[in-house]
Amino acid sequence: MKHESIEINSGLLIVLTLAVISIGGLVEIVPLFHIEETVEEVDGVRPYTPLELRGRDIYVKEGCYTCHSQMIRPFRDEQLRYGHYSLAAESQYDHPFQWGSKRTGPDLARVGGKYSNEWQTQHLVDPQSLVPESIMPGYPWLLENELDYSQIEDRMVALKRVGVPYSQSQEEYDANVEQFGADMADKLHVGNATEVLESQAGAQNWDGDPNRITEMDALVAYLQMLGTMVDFSKYEDGHFNQFR
Amino acid sequence: MSTTTASVATEQYNYGIVKKFAIMAMIWGVLGMLAGVYIASELAWPFLNFNIAEITFGRLRPVHTTLVIFGFGGSALFATSYYIVQRTCQARLWGGKLLPELTFWGWQLALVLGVITYMAGYTQGREYAEFVWPIDLLITVVWVIYFAVYAMTLVKRSQPHIYVANWFFMAFILATALLHIFNNLQVPVAWNSLESYALFAGVQDAMTQWWYGHNAVGFFLTAAFLGMMYYFVPKQAGRPIYSYRLSIVHFWALSFLYMWVGAHHLHWTALPDWVSTLAATFSILLLLPSWGGMINGIMTLSGAWEKLRTDPIMLFLITALAFYGMSTFEGPMMSLKSVNALSHYTDWTVGHVHSGALGWVAMITIGSFYHLIPRLWGTTLYSTKLVFVHFWLATIGVVLYIVALWVAGIGQGLMLRAFDQYGNLAYTFIETVSFLHIPYVVRAIGGAFFLSGMLLMSYNIYMTISGARQPASDEGRDAVAAAAR
Repeated sequence: MKHESIEINSGLLIVLTLAVISIGGLVEIVPLFHIEETVEEVDGVRPYTPLELRGRDIYVKEGCYTCHSQMIRPFRDEQLRYGHYSLAAESQYDHPFQWGSKRTGPDLARVGGKYSNEWQTQHLVDPQSLVPESIMPGYPWLLENELDYSQIEDRMVALKRVGVPYSQSQEEYDANVEQFGADMADKLHVGNATEVLESQAGAQNWDGDPNRITEMDALVAYLQMLGTMVDFSKYEDGHFNQFR
Repeated sequence: MSTTTASVATEQYNYGIVKKFAIMAMIWGVLGMLAGVYIASELAWPFLNFNIAEITFGRLRPVHTTLVIFGFGGSALFATSYYIVQRTCQARLWGGKLLPELTFWGWQLALVLGVITYMAGYTQGREYAEFVWPIDLLITVVWVIYFAVYAMTLVKRSQPHIYVANWFFMAFILATALLHIFNNLQVPVAWNSLESYALFAGVQDAMTQWWYGHNAVGFFLTAAFLGMMYYFVPKQAGRPIYSYRLSIVHFWALSFLYMWVGAHHLHWTALPDWVSTLAATFSILLLLPSWGGMINGIMTLSGAWEKLRTDPIMLFLITALAFYGMSTFEGPMMSLKSVNALSHYTDWTVGHVHSGALGWVAMITIGSFYHLIPRLWGTTLYSTKLVFVHFWLATIGVVLYIVALWVAGIGQGLMLRAFDQYGNLAYTFIETVSFLHIPYVVRAIGGAFFLSGMLLMSYNIYMTISGARQPASDEGRDAVAAAAR
């Protein structure tokens, strides 16, 4: 076939172009849903509690990903600075993923537990008061805004639709008890969402004011959870290399 | 006689839609680059965030990227593709008055709504695809109409051959549709909520997003602008394209290879190694068709190099191709895993994007617009001297920008992996942030240079258009009509 036959036939040009541009995506993306080692099985990784989920929503809303990554690479300097490199399993419930592409600030994949709640709150309100050279903006409104959790059940149901194992039926609840333990299964039950959120917000003094549930409560709860799910001391050194 | 020919030409072709998109491209370009200079300044002087939620870096950054890519770039592509498809097919745009108008108003509405929702804190949290789901639907409708208008105009062409520029525009329209649909699969929180959750999670979501992200560069910001190049470079040079055969080879190679390379944005992450190795390999291969396009464009001027001394429009077009060649060399280099280990997460990536976005995309558009706009309004350019000034403002701006971010990115990358004699990290993270201050200031100045060039261009174009509205003498009109052909 001469190339000229494509140049004089717009239908053929469209069909061939479409074929040529489809191949790369098909070869690279589709297998990721089918090869089992793509996401390794790890103990401890679980869906987010209602409060953490709302915190994550605020993380996305404020565009934190434009300056912070959540993906530690397997290098010595990153190991020393941030901890064990990130596993695929650790973001398996992240809709959307928040790995980021730029570190204007440090990686946050394992920031949970590194600083106190007081530090996180103060740092979010006025970063320069704790780190004078910081170029991070302040987020004082997080402390002022009451957290809107009126749609928390809708949010969990939407996430359930895309594959996050929040439970609605007894059967799903029982499966969660088996996988995550009874305590956690209670927190992942859609019917309990409001109650669970309020009790988690009250259980710790996230933002320094126990009387109100603010956006700060949710965001700090989310940050303090980041990277804490997997207990790496339970695995041998190099165990995860086979999944790379 | 000539006057009649000119009016026949305007009836033969739908220039109204081209004019509208061209003007909006200028407006979004200025606003988008203004947002860019502002957020660049926030990094240098963080007090500029003023503790105001709507203008913090995290919310303004999508405003900047959306306005420059989809506002400036997108409107410029609509304008030039509608112009080129009509001229090269010698057929009026299909779809009557209504369908092209719908693409215009739909696209502008999406942009306006995008800016408002981002600043109010509504985003999908996906880079370059931050639009919330109702706007995604609007864009899908606009794009389907765009495809229909474009494809049907090709079908009813009165020329037997489909000119090469149209292949690139067609690939861009098809690829953008594919990418937009698959990267925006979302489940809304409720039918009356702007918020939604992505269908995919973690690894698969990351791969889908960067398949989208890099091909937004590959097809939106490259293939389509090559289409622009294939029309305006030969036109302005007054010479045929250097090699027809080369354009065939590099078109198919570029279309095929680009779709494989997105995963080079995910080197050393939790993405399986086989994908990122494949992406790196194809990224290296991609150098060949990229340079094929650059060579084809630049060599079109072969034998008429003296035009670079006298014609500032040619200067813009050829410099754009030079920057295209440079950034398509830098890209494959950065996609090597060992280089990427240093460059990823740093400002080197941001600098690389801007050498492509300002050096290639913006400059080829600017050159094309200086050629196009006088012809649309049937007049001559208000000032060629100002085009020269614009050229130097733009070039100095890009060079300052890229060099500053080479220093920032490579410098920070080296500091972060430095160890002292005892094997401890030599620098804390915040020490590397302090180091970035001066490069950030220089980068903001570079951006301001580029923005001032755009303002100058806006003035030049405003004067050109308002000059065209004055009733010209018959003699003037004849000359103009002759030039328009």
